[in-house]
Parts: sequence; C-alpha cells; structure tokens
Amino acid sequence: MLALLSDIHANIAALEACLAHADAHGAKRYAFLGDLVGYNADVREVVQRVADYAEQGAIVLKGNHDEAVETSSAYLNDASRAAIDWARSQLSAEERRFLAELPLVHREDDLCLVHATVDHPERWHYLDSPAAAHRSMEAAACPYTFVGHVHEQRLYTEQQGRAHAFHPSPGTAIPVLRNRRRLAIVGTVGQPRDNNQAAGYCLFDAAQARVTFFRIPYDYRATAARIRAAGLPEALAYRIERGF
Amino acid sequence: MTATRLKPGDTIDGFTVESVVPAGAMARVYRVSHPARRQFGMVLKQPRLGGDDAEFLLGFETELAILPALTGPHAPRFVTAGDLERAPYLVMEWVDGQPLAQELQRAPLPADEVAWFGALVADALHDLHRQDVIHLDLKPDNIVIRHSGIATLLDFGLAHHARFPDLHLEEQRFAAGSAPYVSPEQVLGVRGDARSDLFALGVVLYELATARLPFGVPRSMAGMRDRLWRMPIPPCVRVPSVPPWLQEIILRCLEPDPAARYPSAAQLAFALRHPESVAISQRGWRRTGPGLAEQAGRWWRARHIQPARKRLPNLLSGEAPIIMVALDAGNPDDPRHEALQRNAKLIFSAGDFRLVLVSVIPVDLERSESAQLRHRVWMRHWCDPLGLARNKISLHVLEAADPANALLDFARTNLVDLIVLGAPGPHEAPLGWWRSVASSVTALAHCSVHVVRVPTESRG
Repeated sequence: MLALLSDIHANIAALEACLAHADAHGAKRYAFLGDLVGYNADVREVVQRVADYAEQGAIVLKGNHDEAVETSSAYLNDASRAAIDWARSQLSAEERRFLAELPLVHREDDLCLVHATVDHPERWHYLDSPAAAHRSMEAAACPYTFVGHVHEQRLYTEQQGRAHAFHPSPGTAIPVLRNRRRLAIVGTVGQPRDNNQAAGYCLFDAAQARVTFFRIPYDYRATAARIRAAGLPEALAYRIERGF
Repeated sequence: MTATRLKPGDTIDGFTVESVVPAGAMARVYRVSHPARRQFGMVLKQPRLGGDDAEFLLGFETELAILPALTGPHAPRFVTAGDLERAPYLVMEWVDGQPLAQELQRAPLPADEVAWFGALVADALHDLHRQDVIHLDLKPDNIVIRHSGIATLLDFGLAHHARFPDLHLEEQRFAAGSAPYVSPEQVLGVRGDARSDLFALGVVLYELATARLPFGVPRSMAGMRDRLWRMPIPPCVRVPSVPPWLQEIILRCLEPDPAARYPSAAQLAFALRHPESVAISQRGWRRTGPGLAEQAGRWWRARHIQPARKRLPNLLSGEAPIIMVALDAGNPDDPRHEALQRNAKLIFSAGDFRLVLVSVIPVDLERSESAQLRHRVWMRHWCDPLGLARNKISLHVLEAADPANALLDFARTNLVDLIVLGAPGPHEAPLGWWRSVASSVTALAHCSVHVVRVPTESRG
C-alpha cells in the first residue's frame, strides 16, 4: 500500500494528521510529490520530517516552491514570495541541499510520479484539463500516474484515446484496473482550495488495483496562528482558515 | 488476450466447468465448482470476444468493478476474477431460483401477483440504490426470484456506481433486448438518476399485467425517443381486470419526467404492498387510450427536452425517506400526541418523504372492526393540522399482542427509514423504560428511531 502526499507547503499539523491516518490504514511505502515548502510557516519541521521518511526509503520529488528556494521566485505573487523568503531564512544549508537535489520524476514498474506534469515537468504546468491529463498519460506510458500541484483531487481515466475526469468521493476505494491508463491528482496536504479545510492525500493499493482519496481534518487554527506568529502575510493565514 | 470457449470438464485457475448455462449475447456463462470453495454454487462468466470487442469488454469491466462492491442478497456474491489481460473471467454466486422471464409466459397475471413480484423487485432496487448503484438494465431476463422469496438482480454490465468513474458515459449503446425497458432520460444520455430503474420496473409490471410492452420493441433510436412523450395504452384497456390502483402505479412509473415517478424504490414497494393507500388520480381511472389530440399535446410539451449536458445529481433513496409515526390512538387524551405533532413538523423538511401512521390494537376478534375504525378516525384527526398532501400519508391499524414487535416487523417489511414514537406515556410509565415499547423499538429497529418526550414543567 503506497501513500501519496503532495503540496504539504510547510503545514506540519496537516502532514502529521495524514501520516497517522495512512499508517493506520496500512501504508507501507510513502511518496511525497513536491512543494514541501511555501505558503505556510512550519518549514523546518516539514522538511525534517520528510527527510526522515526519505532515509527510510520514501520517494520525495521536487515541486516549484521547493525550486524557488534556490532559484528565482520572481513569478510568484507577493504573499507566496514572502513565504519562500521565510523558508530560505529558516532552512539550514543541509536542508537546502536536500531540497535542491530532489528529482523531478520517479518511475517504477507500472507507476510514474511527478509534481506537476509528466511532459515537461520543469515547466510546472497545471494539469487542469482532460487534454493536459492525456498528454501526461502519453508521456508516462504506464498504467498509473500520480501528480500534485493542482490543489484538488481528481481521477482521470483513459477511454478511446481521451482522458475523462472524475471527482472522487473521499473514503471510497475506487477500482482501477491495469487495462486502462489512469492519472490521479492526489490533492494537497497543506493548502486546500475547495472551501474544505481538511488535508488531502491518496492511498494506492497496487495488488488490489484500488485507489482511495482521503480528506483528513487537522487543527488548521494552530497552523494559521503559526503563520501569523512568523510574521507572514495575513492572507496566507486566512486561506488556511477558510480552505480556499 | 484470450477467452477460449470452455466445455464441461475443462479447468481454469482451479475452477472446473460443470455445465454450460444458456446466456445472452454479451457473455458465456458456465456452472463451475472449486474444491476449496464449497459455500455456494458458482458461475463463471466470460466476455464474448467478437467483432465489437470494446463494447463487450466495457460491460465486463463495469461488472468487474461494481459487483465486488455490492453486499446483500439482491446481487450475486462476487467470488474472484481472472487477469483481465491474460484470461478475463468473473466468478460469482449461482443464483438459484426462477427467472422472472419464465413467469412472463403466464402473463397476463392477476393484479396481486403482479404487485407481489413488483414489490420484491422494488425491494432489490431499494437495496441497490442504498449502496449507491443504479442498475440501468433491468428486464425480466435479469431478475431471478429466489426460492426464499427474494429478488436478485443479474448483469451489472451497464450499471452506474455513484462513487466510481462511469465508462459508459462517453458512449451508450443499448442491446436490442434491453431497448423496451430503457428510460427516457437514459435515451438522452443521463445515467445518474436512480428513478430510471423505476421506469424499467414499470415496463416489467406492464408486461406482467398485460402480456404486452408499453412502448413495443423499438428498432431505432428514433423509435426509442417515443417514450419521451408518448403515453402508453392504459393497462386496463388491454386487460379490463387490471384494477385502477395497479394502473395508477404502473403509469406513474412510466412517466417521462423522473420527478413525476415514485421518488424512491422503497416508496414504490410500499404502494405495491398497500394498494389501499394508493391515491388514484386521473391516469389510474382512465379506461380509454390517449387520443390524437392528447398525444399531440404531449409531443408539443416535450419538444424542448434536451439531452443533459452534465450528470444530474444522484437521487438515491436517502432523499425520499419513509417516515413512520407510531401513535397510541387508543388513548386520545395522551399528552404526547401534541408533542409528536410538533416533532413530526420538524422532520418534514425531508424532501419527498412518505408518512406512514401506525397504531397497534390488541387482537380482539369481536370488536376489531369498530376498534379499527375508531383508530383510523382518530389518526386522521391527528394528522390534519400537519397540512400534508393526501397522497403522502397512509394510515394502518395493526392487530397484535406485542406492539413493539408489530411495529418492528412493519418497519422492516416496509423499508421505513425513520420511526417516530413517544417515550413511555402515562399508561406505560409505571413499568419503567426497559419494559416500554419505545425501549424495545429503539433497541431493535433496523433504522433510526426518534423518541419524542413531552417537555416537563420544571427544569430541575
């Protein structure tokens, strides 16, 4: 059983809630699909936690916010840039090296994992249409692709040469046979944007060919309080409290 | 990938083929056995791979996804499946019983038999809808009545699961044998409305009652669009002995607008089991078919119907509950009656509910008729202030020695979603909570129970 967590964005409370849930539900392997930092305040806690998992064999990928710590964050808006500046100020040299060395894509057996899109992963495109989903499926050329970056949970199924979107219900184990290509957007642990404050992640059972999406409640007020305590823009705290 | 034809004696992954079962065009079915699985008889189903591989496989894939997710006696139990790419097959329970298609040979059947079969199938649909699945290919060939008196539905190749992606949304094709039973909204591409199954059941009831099909056997998509507006010939015109209540039920199921049909399978089952509770309207009473002018009017009003561009929200039974209120009608001065009325009003924001009032009287052969009448009169008086439409309410007086068990049985048989009753009243209070009707019902009910208390004077 593989647990997939993405877009944690320095939200330790949300991360811990998802990890505890995954463990209780039989997760044996973990994959973190990027954007460990950005938006929220718990930069060191999250990076250290994920680095610990990496040492135990977890898959960790790089997201655009992770990249922005080292390179340019000019394309980010003011609030986001402030959060990256904060991350840069908090991380040790070793932690920054950890982020910088993260790979963009991971492939194994039937699986392809990436932060944003499989085709041109370095461009950080948003996978926000069936056409975009299909392009990634073609580039992945394998039965199961998992991505993050888009902060909503979706399941795309290939049928007659096109990808078809589906909005999963949290908690339902969806059969995903190998005969058709599937692409799952696993959602965001650290900054939901669908008016639901609960953290999102996904469990994949390759043996049973089933994928389950989850939304896990966590203490978002504490996260918002820490954003304010760190002096980050009020808008970021407000987003966490409202889940948008 | 291969799906080689099997014959008795062949084995596949440990299953031994015992015999070939006559089946439809989409699949080959065999009775099989397995030394390690002796709990119940099994069948193995193989997709028939031929010219239109993609279509047959789609049905097979759909059944493979949905069947394991279903529980209960109204669908075959899933056993196992073969590797989809190497040797696709499905092993499931052999459902022992009589296919409804065989009963059809005796059609037209008397009204009470039609209603009995109909209620069994409606029970099965209710259970399916509660599990978020819509069958969408209901027909006599797919219904088996088990020896235990339960209906089991077969063939989930066209079914829709509300929480799984639906592969049939992109392209729907109807097998010739299914066309007579397909609902108007399915013709327009809508697959998310549970009431489509009620339409199909309406066609089956019509067939059982008249030995004819309401919309014939369409041979083209144009022919299938007829059901969007055309009114079928009333059953009693075909078979004069069809009573108005059955005609009302059948024609309501066949309404082109799903919102005009029964809101849930449970409410349809209730109507079939309680013909006296059916509020008969003009369609139930009519004894002539629609004339040219009427059909033209219906066609005119229906001409704006467009295929749905988005999936409609699922309307599954949770939004059309059957609410049972237990009244102690033998004690008119009981202070709980008003409290029950107030609570009933609180609950009635629940959509398309059906209200069932029940009172229990002791078994007394001599005075039962007058007691029944007295209770009914009183119950009608009780529910007047609620201002509900007549067709949403029915009254029942049960004769039983044990009120709690009578209420529990009635609720279970009639698929009640919520029981509302009073906490022990002045006549019962001396016995204490644990010996009261309310405590037994609350402890043993299959559904939720709402216990109403009369607010006491002091707040302690």
